[in-house]
Formats: sequence, C-alpha cells, structure tokens
Amino acid sequence: MNMYQQHIMEHYGNPCNYGTVQDCTHQHTDFNPLCGDEVTIQVKVEDDKVVNVGFTCKGCAISKASTSMLTEHVEGKGVEIVKNIKNEDMMQMLNIPISPSRVNCVLLGLVAIKKALYGVEHAEH
Amino acid sequence: MKEDFPLLKKTIYLDSASTTQKPNQVMQAMQTYYEEYNANVHRGIYTLSEESTKLYENGRKAVARFINAPANKIVFTKGATESLSLVAHGLQLTEKDEVIVSIMEHHSNMVPWQQTKANVKYAPMKDGKLDMEALEKLITPATKVISVGHISNAIGVENPIKEIAQLAHSNNTLLVVDAAQSVGHQKVDVQELEADFVAFSAHKMFGPMGVGVLYGKIELLKPLVTGGGSILTVTTKGTTFMEGPHGFEAGTPNVAGVVGLTAAITYLEQLGMDNVANHIQEMTTYATSKVVDLPHIKLIGQGKGILSFTVDNVHSHDVTSILSEQGVCVRAGHHCAMPLMEVLGINDCVRASFHAYTTKDDIDALVKGLAQVKEVFA
Repeated sequence: MNMYQQHIMEHYGNPCNYGTVQDCTHQHTDFNPLCGDEVTIQVKVEDDKVVNVGFTCKGCAISKASTSMLTEHVEGKGVEIVKNIKNEDMMQMLNIPISPSRVNCVLLGLVAIKKALYGVEHAEH
Repeated sequence: MKEDFPLLKKTIYLDSASTTQKPNQVMQAMQTYYEEYNANVHRGIYTLSEESTKLYENGRKAVARFINAPANKIVFTKGATESLSLVAHGLQLTEKDEVIVSIMEHHSNMVPWQQTKANVKYAPMKDGKLDMEALEKLITPATKVISVGHISNAIGVENPIKEIAQLAHSNNTLLVVDAAQSVGHQKVDVQELEADFVAFSAHKMFGPMGVGVLYGKIELLKPLVTGGGSILTVTTKGTTFMEGPHGFEAGTPNVAGVVGLTAAITYLEQLGMDNVANHIQEMTTYATSKVVDLPHIKLIGQGKGILSFTVDNVHSHDVTSILSEQGVCVRAGHHCAMPLMEVLGINDCVRASFHAYTTKDDIDALVKGLAQVKEVFA
C-alpha cells in the first residue's frame, strides 16, 4: 500500500479551500525546514466559529492534501475543535501509511492553523 | 565490489554524497579494535593503552599520507562541520576582518563564518560555476579568509582551488577548503591545492560517522573544545596547551572511528584513487545520459558524482517517497544549501549521488522509478 492513493491525489489535484481569505482575522505561515515546504493558512473567525478558511502552499502532495482535508474538516466548526485536533487525528484523516520522514508534511497545516488561532506555544508537534 | 558492502545487498543506494555505505573491512577493523585494543589513549602506561595510542596515531599518519600532508598538521574532529567551525572560531576574527564564501556553499561552510565577528561576503555564480571575476573583485586588504567547497554537494561543480589559492595568497588571505565531497572521491593533494586549511569527513569516504579531519596551519588557531588531553599544565592561574594537533583534541577521542577511517583509506588506496574517480565520472555521465532526455525532468546540476534535478510539477519529497517504494534511495530537499537553491530559483530538488560501488543497474532502477513517478502524478 502506498502513500499516493486516489483520495490523496484528488485533494492534491483539486484542493479544498485553496486561496486567500481577504477579510481573515487570523493567519500564519509555517515551514518544514527539512524540505522547505511552506503553508500559509488564513482563517476568519466570527462568534468563536471558523466561518472561512483558506490556504496556499509551496510543497509536496502530502502536505497539500492533508491541509486541504484539514480545512474541509474545520470549516464551519467552533475554534475549540481546532484546538483539540491531535496529530493522530490527522493520520486518521489521511488514512495512508506515513513514513517517519513524512510525518511533518502531514502536520504542517495543523501546526499552521493552531499557531494562527492560538499562538506559537499551543502548536508544539 | 558490492559484496564488501552488506547494506548494498538490500537497497539501491544513490545517496553517497550524504554518507557512503561502509565496507566489511572498515566495520571489522572497528570491531577488532574494541575486542583487542580498547583503552584510553595517551594516558595509560600499560601496554594496551600504548597499543591503542599507536593505532590512533597511525590513523593520523594514514590520513597525512592520503592527502600528502605532514601528520603534525592533521587534527581529528567529529566531522567536516566541526573542522570548519574550528577554523572559523579558531582564527578569532574581528569586526575589521572580511571573509568571502561562495554562494554555493553547504551550510557547514557558511553558518560558522556568520557566527564570527567578521563581515561575510558571498561570491556569486555565473553560468553554473563560481564567478571568478566577481570573487576577485570582492577581495580587499581586509579579506582574511576565502572559504570554498572543493566540489559542491548540491550540483557537483568542482571549484578551481589552485586558482583561488593564488588569488588568496597574493593578498595574504587564508584559503579554507571544504573537501567533504572530494577527499575519497578523487586524488586530493592538499599541498598541490595550496590550501591553508582543508576539512573533510570520514563517513563520506567509506569510514564511520563521527570522525572528521582538519588539515592546515593549526598554529594560527585557538581550540574550539578544551579540557583534558589537550593541556601541558593546569594551575588555578591558568592553562598551557599542547602544541600541534593534540592541543585541539580535548577529551577522549574517537579511536575506533579513527581506526575505521584508517581501514577506509586502505580500502580506497587498494582500489586506486584514479580508478575511483574514473568510475564515479563514468556513472555520472551514464546517469546524465539516461535522464537528460526525459521530458518531465529538468537537470539542475551534473558532475563529480552528483546528478540533481527537478521533476515537473512534483515536489522532491514526493519523488523520493515514490522512489523509496521502489527500493531506491535518493535525497530530496535543499541539500543544506538554501542560498544556492535561491540563486537557482528553486526551493528544492532531487539528488542522486554515486560512488565507487555504484553500478549501471542502480541508475537504471532510478530511471525506472522516475517513470513510476510520472505515472502516479499523471
């Protein structure tokens, strides 16, 4: 079983919420120093709810697909839900075998959105 | 020769610029050291310690012979990174000094200079090579050091060290050479290169990780690490240090590692450095010819055991993950040369690198894997 399964390639080819959020209330850009992957997440929060979320990235298929799935998952939900998303939840969401060197690719979007919403100290890997 | 390298039976290894695989001869030498000679060096008066010391110092002589240097100018470090850090730190540069490095340097030959008080200037590239004219223009009376790689780890370019040495020395400037990618790949004669300092790592030349070498004018340096093993006298008023390499080798040294490096040098000498260099060149030429016409591949650098490239619309991480699934090991990312990547206008690339044990079959497997990459991302 490999990483590049159909659902991953679909999110990579046609990512959800790809683009900028002009009136965002929170944003953060994070990097994966290993390979130079870069994800920028912008979130518009109203009444403690994620009413709009968008992202742009320069990176691999895995980081793009996982951030796409993540934004799809959080849109319309309370910001508390984002705080409680765990690394394992991301692994489940992707549902592919991830080699150790690619774990940070999977988590890049999650780290970025947590830093955007809660600041750097809440986003430890 | 693959039978000498146990790991090569299990994998198609095209990442030798990162670290080479180790032959049985090297591992056996280290095993024998621990079984028959293990004792701390330079301290015990008993026979075992004397034998251990002899093996360690024989390693210094072997390195000296291998690069044509006097043994008392060879310092053992933990790798090329530490060797370069030792020079940068040890020269005690001031705000008035200038250092020139090339823009294609590995971070190990850039970051240590940035940590000094000196003003660091960057020699640019032109047509894929170091721009010698621009380098010459950067030299001023304040230029204390020029530090360049012998062979670029990212794009395989060989820099004209002798020419740079002449520029440097006519200005009373020291030349430091990061030779991590050349010693063990081709014949390197440090006196012929006219380098003042040369740094390299054992693990990129069939030796173990954790051992490196600094050759050069060590009398100009202040030690980076101090403590036991490097001193003449210690009183509450201060310390006097040993002269020569031992003054830089505080603490218990990596004797088994040096024994492994010695065995690696013997192995390379038996192969013959000209044969090694020719084989690496043949593999580089073969790989380039196989990849150059693939429409989805853009070559970034090829030469001296390195083939780096990008794959259209596919991140280097994804390329290497798919190749890994085919059992092919290559490197992805910025190759510890982020400023070079910026100059090249890319964030990252894929690098395949070759050594004496690389075969055409290995390269054919890479090419087959690249076809698979195209299929997955079609």
